[in-house]
Amino acid sequence: MKANCWMGRGNVEVREVPDPRILNGHDAVVRVTSTAICGSDLHLYDGFIPTMKKGDILGHEFMGEVVEVGPSVRNLHVGDRVVVPFPIACGRCAACGLGLYSVCENSNPNAGLAEKFLGHSPAGAFGHSHMLGGYPGGQAEYARVPFADVGPIKIEDGLADEQVLFLSDILPAGWMGAEMCDIKPGDVIAVWGAGPVGQFAVAGAYLMGAEQVVCIDRFAYRLRIAERAGATTLDYEEVDVRDALLDLTAGRGPDACIDAVGMEAHYANPALYAYDRTKQATRLETDRPYALREAVMTCRNGGIVAVIGLYAGFLDKFPMGAVMNRSLTLKAGQCHVQRYLKPLLTRIREGDIDPSFVITHRLPLDEAPRGYQLFRDKQDECNKVVLTP
Amino acid sequence: MTGEHQPASERLSRALSGAMERMGPALERVRLAAPSAVRRFGPPAAVAGAVAATGAGVYAAARACGRRPEAAPDEGLDLHAAVTVRRPRDQVYRFWHRFERLPTFMTHVESVTTGDGVTHWTARGPAGRAVEWDAEIVEDLRDEVISWRSTGTALVPNSGTVRFCEAPGGRGTEVRVHLRYDPPGGRAGLAVARLLGEHPEQQVRDDLRRFKQVMEIGEVVRSEGTRAPRLLRRRPARPVR
Ligand SMILES: NC(=O)c1ccc[n+]([C@@H]2O[C@H](COP(=O)([O-])OP(=O)(O)OC[C@H]3O[C@@H](n4cnc5c(N)ncnc54)[C@H](O)[C@@H]3O)[C@@H](O)[C@H]2O)c1
Ligand SMILES: [Zn+2]
Ligand SMILES: [Zn+2]
Repeated sequence: MKANCWMGRGNVEVREVPDPRILNGHDAVVRVTSTAICGSDLHLYDGFIPTMKKGDILGHEFMGEVVEVGPSVRNLHVGDRVVVPFPIACGRCAACGLGLYSVCENSNPNAGLAEKFLGHSPAGAFGHSHMLGGYPGGQAEYARVPFADVGPIKIEDGLADEQVLFLSDILPAGWMGAEMCDIKPGDVIAVWGAGPVGQFAVAGAYLMGAEQVVCIDRFAYRLRIAERAGATTLDYEEVDVRDALLDLTAGRGPDACIDAVGMEAHYANPALYAYDRTKQATRLETDRPYALREAVMTCRNGGIVAVIGLYAGFLDKFPMGAVMNRSLTLKAGQCHVQRYLKPLLTRIREGDIDPSFVITHRLPLDEAPRGYQLFRDKQDECNKVVLTP
Repeated sequence: MTGEHQPASERLSRALSGAMERMGPALERVRLAAPSAVRRFGPPAAVAGAVAATGAGVYAAARACGRRPEAAPDEGLDLHAAVTVRRPRDQVYRFWHRFERLPTFMTHVESVTTGDGVTHWTARGPAGRAVEWDAEIVEDLRDEVISWRSTGTALVPNSGTVRFCEAPGGRGTEVRVHLRYDPPGGRAGLAVARLLGEHPEQQVRDDLRRFKQVMEIGEVVRSEGTRAPRLLRRRPARPVR
């Protein structure tokens, strides 16, 4: 089959690889009909996630048709149409029992490796480095789906791929960011990052009853999409973000802040930007946390800072004093996608949200390398790329 | 990232990024080797120097999670590991008690056969040579503890104990394993490496994780990019023919 493979920093290639086989009783094999490129793929592409190996198949947002099931899978049959959540979760361990699927205790065969970096191991995930399991991803014609009896959700009605594909990751991820904000009437929520994840966080926060949602980025075309989801927008190259947010909230600060940027944040202040890029490049710090620092410093006293942007390692100059002295609550996590599939599918079906609004590019799988480049470099107003094998 | 606005810092960081790319594999080697090297030899200047030269801050922080040595190499080797299994204690005990099933999750053990309270073990270390020994059960308290010890002339005389206790608040069963290796004439590190590889404690922890998988989901979880038990010889995450 054809698959999009990581071939080193800034280099992906569509290559011929063997077809997947069933390896465990709870597996299914899915013929991929749609798959997408995620901001998380960009961190892999840019070489900031350790334990990638040349030849790894990328992709963790995908859906398709079941073509084979293992002997322990009873809920799915050949021919079923499914969306596959990106965290691989067993459904039987203590974490899964609590709904914390992205920290499943059984799905990472390389848990020992992850422990060295992170203290404990999170769940395995598709196409997401060896420390998260060494599972091939879904930017391919076929994919093996472990724990197919737990993760995938069947799509039984006429909804198009583009309406349901993002259930695999970014829609629930943005949603979970909003949910972490514990939104109360009158709340003002600030979202750093007007990428697809930030855009869904904006939409989610409104559906949860936020008074106002402010979205921060520097790309006008992305901010316009966030505006269509209802956001007030700030271009951080035009305004001082903290001043603007304090003004909007008459000095209180946003009730909750969402970091939907992650470890490769860009910064308008050249000196600080150079400082962190240098430290990151020399591995003195692995992540550049501007958005997070700004979120912490801006959030109101007693407020919540929700981190859904991806971090991989260690930060520098983290304002812990602000967190402690101002009674902030820091929440974070890879999305526990499995627990949002049903409720969000219902919302899509009922027309509360049509996630396809984030898509700007539709390419054949063969053009994945161009898709990565457009998406990373924000060329051609690229916001979200869907690939079809 | 391209498309950004600071040409000078961009140039600087491009140069540094290139340097990082060249250093990447070396960094990974140092970092992966560091915990076991530290455990076996104490923190030697060579490792400390390499770590310092390649970004001390981050990697020292990562290493802080590593464990201290359990015993000096020449006095035998003690390995500990523990795991919580979301299953009732009697089930967990019973599974372990059937020694023939241990190879399902102990990757270096090829087979265990039992008869008359004596078990016969066949193992194959990373070097590929088969090692065999007999062991007897020295303690067996239902749902609580099983201990065994090799008999006769085992190449690596060894003993083991596994204890089971109720985890608090209905969290299942806590399983604690203690293994001891006592090769004649010392050099336990070397002898055990022949059996368990370069990272014996890691191997025991991974075995217990697989034990948990077998108990909770019925089998050992596999990925295409993993070839247990040799963590360092990973292959790309793609299907194999
Ligand atoms: N928690 C999860 O489960 C989960 C799921 C999916 C993605 N993610 C992560 O979420 C993040 C966003 O994903 P995406 O797909 O939207 O990526 P993206 O790259 O399309 O979007 C990131 C946006 O952040 C903006 N940005 C950069 N620096 C900024 C700053 N200092 N202030 C404000 N905005 C800034 C960029 O201009 C870009 O528009 C990534 O880190 C991704 O890895 C997490
Ligand atoms: Zn993603
Ligand atoms: Zn689980």
